[in-house]
Amino acid sequence: MDVVLLSRLQFALTVMFHYLYPPLTIGMGVVLVYLGARYIRTGDPLYRIAQQFWTRIFALNFAIGVASGIVMEFQFGTNWSAYSRFVGDVFGSALAAEGIFAFFLESGFLAVLVFGWDRVGPKMHFFSTCMVALGSIFSSVWIVVANSWQQTPAGHEVVPMMRDGQPWIVNGEVVMRAQITNFWEVVFNPSTVNRLSHVLIGCFIMGSFFILSISAYYILKKQHVEFAKRSFRGALIFATIASLAALFSGHFQAKTVYQTQPAKLAAFEGHFETGRGDLSVFGLPDVQSQTIKGDVAIPGGLSFLLFENFSQSVEGLDKFRKEDRPPVMLPFASYRLMIGLGMFFIAVTLLASFLAWRGTLFDKRWLMWVFVIAVLGAVAANQAGWVAAEVGRQPWVVHPPVHWNDDGSLVVDPDTGKVAYDETQGLRTVDAVSPVISGEQTLGSIIMFGLIYSLLFLVWIIVLNHKIHKGPDPIPLARGSGRAKDVMDTAARRPGHGDSLTDTWMMQEADDES
Amino acid sequence: MNHDTLCILWFGIMGVLLIGYAILDGFDLGVGILHPFVPRSDEDRRVFINAIGPLWDGNEVWLVTFGGALFAMFPEAYATLFSGFYTAFMALLFCLILRAVSMEFRGKFGAGAWRRVWDTTFFLGSAGVPLLFGVAAGTIMKGIPLDERGEYAGALLDQITPYSLLVGFMTVSLFAMHGSIFLYLKTEGDLQKRVHRYVWRTFGLFLVLYLITTMFTLVEVPAAVENFKQFQWLWIVPVLNVLAIANIPRALFQGRPFYAFISSSCSIAAFVFLFAAALFPNMVRAADPAAEGLTIYHAASSSKTLTIGLMMVLFGMPCVLAYTLAIYWTFRGKVKLGDHSY
Repeated sequence: MDVVLLSRLQFALTVMFHYLYPPLTIGMGVVLVYLGARYIRTGDPLYRIAQQFWTRIFALNFAIGVASGIVMEFQFGTNWSAYSRFVGDVFGSALAAEGIFAFFLESGFLAVLVFGWDRVGPKMHFFSTCMVALGSIFSSVWIVVANSWQQTPAGHEVVPMMRDGQPWIVNGEVVMRAQITNFWEVVFNPSTVNRLSHVLIGCFIMGSFFILSISAYYILKKQHVEFAKRSFRGALIFATIASLAALFSGHFQAKTVYQTQPAKLAAFEGHFETGRGDLSVFGLPDVQSQTIKGDVAIPGGLSFLLFENFSQSVEGLDKFRKEDRPPVMLPFASYRLMIGLGMFFIAVTLLASFLAWRGTLFDKRWLMWVFVIAVLGAVAANQAGWVAAEVGRQPWVVHPPVHWNDDGSLVVDPDTGKVAYDETQGLRTVDAVSPVISGEQTLGSIIMFGLIYSLLFLVWIIVLNHKIHKGPDPIPLARGSGRAKDVMDTAARRPGHGDSLTDTWMMQEADDES
Repeated sequence: MNHDTLCILWFGIMGVLLIGYAILDGFDLGVGILHPFVPRSDEDRRVFINAIGPLWDGNEVWLVTFGGALFAMFPEAYATLFSGFYTAFMALLFCLILRAVSMEFRGKFGAGAWRRVWDTTFFLGSAGVPLLFGVAAGTIMKGIPLDERGEYAGALLDQITPYSLLVGFMTVSLFAMHGSIFLYLKTEGDLQKRVHRYVWRTFGLFLVLYLITTMFTLVEVPAAVENFKQFQWLWIVPVLNVLAIANIPRALFQGRPFYAFISSSCSIAAFVFLFAAALFPNMVRAADPAAEGLTIYHAASSSKTLTIGLMMVLFGMPCVLAYTLAIYWTFRGKVKLGDHSY
C-alpha cells in the first residue's frame, strides 16, 4: 500500500475535521467581544444573556478544537518525519510560539470566560473575553505563518546538518535542512499577510453565519425572538462586511499566488496553455487533452483580473515539466466552489441588509430558511479554499522559488523550455513521508480516526442540539437594572464545582428563578 | 550562549514541561483509572468526573506545548520517536480522544447500559495513556535500534518487553495513587472513606511495583546508572524521591492529605528527573551500547532557533504559571453536583 497516499488521506481527513472548529471559535470570539463591549456600555441585560448563550456554544466548539488539534501536531512527526527533520528549525518556532502564547492564553482565560461570570466583575470578564478572542486569532496567525512559509519560504537558508563540526554524510549524501536566518522574514514571508487576512475573513464569515443560522431558526420557531433578532442584526452587519472583504482579499491573494506559485494558479483556472487567460465560469478540465470540456469562459477574463488588461499573456501549465505540475481537477473544482459560495454570501447578505433597512427582513420566512442552511455553505467555502491551496501546492510540500524575466514571463531552462526548479530549495511530498512506517500501520490509523471522529462529531451535534433547544436564559423582568444586580450578587456567589466545561449556566438560572 | 549550553538548557525546559504535564494530567488520568472501582452509585461516579471536569482540558495543553517544543527545539528526536513509535502514538491519541468523548457522552442519556459502556471506555482511555507513556519510557531507557540516519530500525513488537511493561504498570499505579489523593481532597462523607481505603491500596501497589522496577533497572539497564557514577551529586534525587514517597503515608496518618498530594507530585517530578538524568546526554539511546545514540546536541535545532525559543519561554512561562495557579484557585474545595453537571 502507498504510504504517501495514505498519509496524505489521513492528513486531509484529520485537518478537515479539525478545521470545522477553529474558524467557529475565531469568528464567534469577535462577536463575544462585541456583545461584552455593548453590555458594559449600555448595561442592557439582553447583551449579557446573549453573551452567556453564545459563550456556552463557543466553549463546546473550543473543547473539540483542542481534542482534534493534538492530532495535527503529532502527525507531523508520526507520518511526515522527513519533512519534520527538514523544516523543524524554521517551522518549529512558529508552532512553539503557538503553544506558549496562543493556547495557554486561550485556555487560561477561557476558564474565566466560562466559569467566572459571578467570580469577577464585568470589566474583568470583558478583559478575559478579549484575551480569549486574541488568543484564538494568535493561534491562527502562527499556523498560517507556518503554512505560508511552506508556500513561499523566506528568512532561511538550506544548509548541511553539522556533526561535530563537519557536514553530516549518510550513504554518500550530505544531509540538508532549512535553518532560520531571520525570524521576522519567516513571519512576514511574501504570502503571509494576504493569506492570513483571507483566512481570518473566512473565519469571520463562518462565525457570523453560524450565529445567523441559529438566530434565524429561533425567529422561524418564534422562540427567544427579541434575543434572536438582536443577534441576527449584529451578525448580519459582520457577515456583510466579511463577505465583501473576502472578494477583495481573494483577488489580491490570487495575484500573489501567480507571482509565487504560477503552476498553482494555472491549476485553479485550468489554464493549460501559455497565452491570453480566459476566465472559465463552468466546465470540466481534462488533463489528457489539456482542455476544459464544456467550457463557458469570459475571454481574457483571467488576464484582466491579473493585469487589468484583457490580452496579456498568462503563464500556463505547459511551462512546467509533467512531474512538477499539480493535479488540476481538484484545485479547479474547489476553487470554483469557494468563489461561487463567496458570491452567494455577498448576494444574500446584501439582500438581507436591504430588507433590514426596509424593516421587512424578519417577515421573509424563506430568507430565514436560507440563513438556517447557509452555514453549511460557509463550512464548505472554508474547506474548499484550503483544499485548493494545499492540493495546488503539490507535488511540493515546501515550494521552491520561481524566477521571472523583466517581460513578465517565467525564467525557463533554455534546452527544455520548461521551468527548472531548484530542487534543493524545496521538498517534494513523496520525499517528506516517514520512511519507517508501513501502509498497514497508516491504514489502521485512518480507520481509527474515522471511527473516533464520527463519535466526536456525533457528540458535538447532540450537545449543540441540546443547547439550541434549551436556548438563552430568560430576560430578567426589571430591564436596565442588570448592572446593579450583578454587582450586588457578585459577592454572594461562587462558581459551582458541578459544572462541566460546556454546561455552566446553572448558577445564573437558579438565581433568575428565585 | 554557546550551542551546547543552549542544548542543555532546552533539555531542562523539556523536562519541566514534561513534569508539568505528568503532575497535572497525572491526577485526572488517575481519577479515570479509579472510576470503575471506588464509586458505588451513579452519583459517586459523577462526583469523580466533575472533580476533573473544568481542569483536564487545560492540563492537556501541557502535552501540546511539550510536543510543539520538541518539534521546534529537537526536530531529529521528534521525528525519530514519533515515527518510530507510530502505533503507540496513534493508540495514545485514540485514548486521549476516547476519554474526552466518554466524559461528555455518559451524562447525555439516562442510566443503565449506556452509561456502563461509556464508563468502560473512560477507564480504558484513562489507563491506556499512562500505560503507553510508561512503556515508551521503559523502551527508551533500554535503548532502541537506530540506523545510520537516526531512524528507528526495529520492529513494532521490540517496543514491548517485560521491562517496558513493568515501567508501564508502575506509571499506571503511580497515577492511580496520585489521583486517589486528589479525590480524597475533593470528596466528603462515605465516598471519601472509600477513597481513603483506595489511597492505601494504590499506594501499596505502587510501592511494590516501584521496588521491582528499581531492582530491574539496576540489573537490566546498566546504562541507566552511568551518569550517577560520574556525577555523584545526582544520588540526591533518588534519595529525595524515597523521602517523598515515604512522606505520603506519613502525611495521611497525620490527616494532612494536601501534603500527601504535594509529596506524590514531588515523586512524579523526581521520576521524570531520574528518567532525564539516566538518558543524558542522549535524547534517544541506541539499543547497541557500542553505537552512538541521538544526543541532545545532534538532535537540536540551530543556536538561533534555540535562542528565539528561549526568549519565548522567558516571556511566556511566567504567564502560563500565573493562569494555571489562578484556575486551580478558582476551582478549589469539594465537588458539588448540580443539574447540569456531567
